[in-house]
Amino acid sequence: MSGIISRGFSGRRRDGGQKLPPGQYLERGFPVLSAGPTPPVRTATWQFTVTTEAGDTAARWNWQQFMALPQETITVDIHCVTKWSKLGTHWRGVSLDTLLDGVETNAGYVMARSYGGYTTNLPLPDLRGGQAWVAYEYEGQPLHAEHGGPARLLVPHLYFWKSAKWVTGLDLMTHDKRGFWEELGYNDYGDPWREQRYQGD
Amino acid sequence: MARAAVPGRLNWLVATLTATRDETPTARTLVFDVPGWPGHLAGQHVDVKLTAEDGYSAERSYSIASAPDGAHLELTVQSIADGEVSPYLTEVIEPGDPLELRGPIGGWFVWNPSSPAPVLLVAGGSGVVPLMAMIRAIEGKVPIRLIYSVRSPADALYAPELSERARVSPLTLTYLYTRRAPEGMPVGRINAGVVEAAGWPADAKPAIFVCGPTGFVEAAAQLLVAAGHDPGIVKTERFGPTGT
Repeated sequence: MSGIISRGFSGRRRDGGQKLPPGQYLERGFPVLSAGPTPPVRTATWQFTVTTEAGDTAARWNWQQFMALPQETITVDIHCVTKWSKLGTHWRGVSLDTLLDGVETNAGYVMARSYGGYTTNLPLPDLRGGQAWVAYEYEGQPLHAEHGGPARLLVPHLYFWKSAKWVTGLDLMTHDKRGFWEELGYNDYGDPWREQRYQGD
Repeated sequence: MARAAVPGRLNWLVATLTATRDETPTARTLVFDVPGWPGHLAGQHVDVKLTAEDGYSAERSYSIASAPDGAHLELTVQSIADGEVSPYLTEVIEPGDPLELRGPIGGWFVWNPSSPAPVLLVAGGSGVVPLMAMIRAIEGKVPIRLIYSVRSPADALYAPELSERARVSPLTLTYLYTRRAPEGMPVGRINAGVVEAAGWPADAKPAIFVCGPTGFVEAAAQLLVAAGHDPGIVKTERFGPTGT
């Protein structure tokens, strides 16, 4: 700690503070952060693919096939690197355990790919074990386009830029490679509880 | 694409407030001296940290309003009525007070100083702040068109400076008034006609930056794409909740 006190600052009541990671505040709305225009993604042409480290397509679903997979209801806290957190958000989606089931790989990392060109890198183990989903419903409604609809990645234990909007696939990788924001200085891992916002945190 | 990688760790720095300027009744520019500031590109932001006597701290991000200039850094902060940090910055902190900040952050929403392309800036409300940093950094080197949507004339940030820059440099200003307009001007929101008349044609291949509240940015970005601009060059920055 640098010991700098902001003279005259007392801060807001610490409601829910015990559940918030360091540097985060409680948000009741749902802010939108995107680097560009919201891409038009239609479920009629939507697809989701898993590509192995050798470049082979290991699995592919269209929207109908995706919706026929086992669905889960998810209640999680989410934390954006721009400082807001939302507690107890409700989603429906398909577990990454389901989507990665039967995929033969020795990869340790994943690049998530989105419509519109967005990418983000994650360690593969963080997508397994009931920690990650492809979500298509938020608070009982189809996921709005500006929030990543029709479907986005949901990896709530990491900062929310890892939960790629408009996701269309995962590329398995033997070695870690940086995605869109990571290349621009954001953290490769992004654990909100360790405040890993930027490279070097 | 103009990309500015952020090397190494972003350490917290202790800035000293040296001056303030009221921009509107609810927005204030804070001028800081930041020893050790690594420099920035126009469009980037900083994280600010306030710490109370009991050790409680709060962090927020604010856009940089000034062009790169050594240890000199300016932020313009719009006060949010029920905000935790912005009222402190607009009403409490005084010249001589220290403030912890780190940055620069964000390497996507930046004007690339080596780009010869004309620039189209589209601002909603206080979304003009990072765009002002671009106007100040560009200093007439490339032509700029600014479309600036505000609720009323009194809400416009930097109006005198923008008028002066429009007089002496290739900067074209188009104001949109969404609630109350000056005498003889219409009230209205951004639309295809405005984008066509006040923006650049797609074949001019401008660099495009859109910043403002979510609804405004969504609307403006879609209009720009519909007008033929490549979605890959329409750079956006949004703030505020959507409520959904």
